[in-house]
Amino acid sequence: MIDLVIGALKAIVIVLLVLNLTGVLLWFERKGSALIQDRIGANRAAVFGVGRRLGLPNLGLVNTLMADPLKLFTKQDFVPDGADHFLHGLAPFLALFPILITFAVVPIGDVLEIGSQTINLQAAHLDVAALYLLAALGISVYGLALGGWASNNRWSLLGGIRATAQMISYELALGLAFLSVIVTYGTLDLQQICRIQGGVWFGWLPRWGILVEPVSFLLLLTAGMAESKRVPFDVPEAESELVAGYFTEYSGGKQAVFMMTDFAEVVLVAVLITLFFFGGWQVPWLYRDGFHFPGPHGAFLRLPNYAIAILQIVSFWVKTVFFCAFQILVRWTLPRFRYDQLMQFGWKGLVPVGLLNLMVTALVVVLFGARY
Amino acid sequence: MPMWLFFFLAALAVIAAFGVILQRNPVHCLLGLAVNLLDMGVVFIGLGAVTVGFLQIIIYVGAIMVLFLFVIWLLNLQAEGLSGYLGLKFFGAIGAAALAAELAVIFLQAAPISRLVAAPPTQGSIASLGRSLFSDYLIAFEATSVLLLAAVVGAIGLARRISSSADQAERSGAGQTSLPDQRTAPFGGASRAVDRDDQIPTSIPAPATNDSARRERRSA
Repeated sequence: MIDLVIGALKAIVIVLLVLNLTGVLLWFERKGSALIQDRIGANRAAVFGVGRRLGLPNLGLVNTLMADPLKLFTKQDFVPDGADHFLHGLAPFLALFPILITFAVVPIGDVLEIGSQTINLQAAHLDVAALYLLAALGISVYGLALGGWASNNRWSLLGGIRATAQMISYELALGLAFLSVIVTYGTLDLQQICRIQGGVWFGWLPRWGILVEPVSFLLLLTAGMAESKRVPFDVPEAESELVAGYFTEYSGGKQAVFMMTDFAEVVLVAVLITLFFFGGWQVPWLYRDGFHFPGPHGAFLRLPNYAIAILQIVSFWVKTVFFCAFQILVRWTLPRFRYDQLMQFGWKGLVPVGLLNLMVTALVVVLFGARY
Repeated sequence: MPMWLFFFLAALAVIAAFGVILQRNPVHCLLGLAVNLLDMGVVFIGLGAVTVGFLQIIIYVGAIMVLFLFVIWLLNLQAEGLSGYLGLKFFGAIGAAALAAELAVIFLQAAPISRLVAAPPTQGSIASLGRSLFSDYLIAFEATSVLLLAAVVGAIGLARRISSSADQAERSGAGQTSLPDQRTAPFGGASRAVDRDDQIPTSIPAPATNDSARRERRSA
């Protein structure tokens, strides 16, 4: 019974964290893009003018976190004439659901000991979590494809086709990056991958994967951003060509769900990068019993288990939020690819590099027996 | 996997399979097939073949069904009725009857299912899968790889031949005759427009006045 409660709590907490992070990212995207483009950005809505009376600047938090969602979810739910009603309604959720379930296998910390209970800070422990991630990403294509098709609109259909083609093309590069990571660590278990990255090299350098697999990191970052269909890879919703691509005919809540999917994918890519290349929940020099600082004297700071767990969770989310912010900054820095450039970049650029990287990784592992 | 879950998934698989053959719209049929394959993957996972189950979902649901979707879109397949393809249906019915008979025989002879036995955890793991693929089934595995490679090369060859012949046609100037719809449309359209301009003043009056009209124009 207690296991069930703990499991449910873990699942709810991780989903809520991700959903709330999508909202914060939306705020960051709007306000950040305004800063980059020398605009002011969202600064109107306020709750009874409380902030202004206190002399605080309006940061647009009320706008993006309260007013916009309220507006979106109370708007008319428009379904175009001749649309496939069932699939049109299903599509946004078919897009969001696979992305949200991937977070079930994401470890946000090591173990937390409360009394006699040892809680693995991971909603679901799965031996083949990496395969599970790829499977969920594969299914997430359907939401976009069907959303485009069911709208009975040429622009939507073109956007849906583009999204599908782009996602299955870049899934290949993503899969190759995954494979070399798996070969390096020798396991598909995400919690195990994080544990392997603990410890130090040369007495001070944290054993993070980025130092061993830099090419995979670049591949995963690029292919992941393409997978989340963000600028510079946002040809499925290129507004100058396709109105808004596959969600042209969506309004209100369903459109918000599509938007949430985009940001959830951004979070997912950031989480994957953190897990595979930046130690996941590892804090440099923090071990099971406390900090072992590097240096000639080797200072040691003993910490209780709960403090270590909190530090690990904070570390994980700091890294994740950093990479989310990084992706959003990239979005407002680079121009969009043309469609043929996108396909060439995927098939003739990333895939060969990924194959080569996988071959080199496998060769090194076989020749030197280099279990990480 | 508990028994009720297995029967739920089995029922879902059968319903989805019926959806594949009973729907009129090809996209709906495809979705039925995708649900069916996803369901089979879940059954695999539940019975202990975890790796195979996930691979089934990644490959069939995540890639092959999406390509089917593409083909349906690009060929612009529309919803169709129950008429047509009589030959196909005839042989299909024979095949289905044979399969049904086979299933019936198996059902009648097999012992009833009393409980589900999952494979031991070592058997479904990716390590055991790799070991058996590269030791017991090495030749079959390599033969399949060669077959897939041949198919890939063949696909590229087919795609290349069309584009190179189109290039040649363009270079030799024969494109205008070989692809009438696309290549000559601008020229044909333009000449037709000119014809029509000529014809508008001459074709509206009766044939008798036609000659007089021409004469008028010549004199002018």
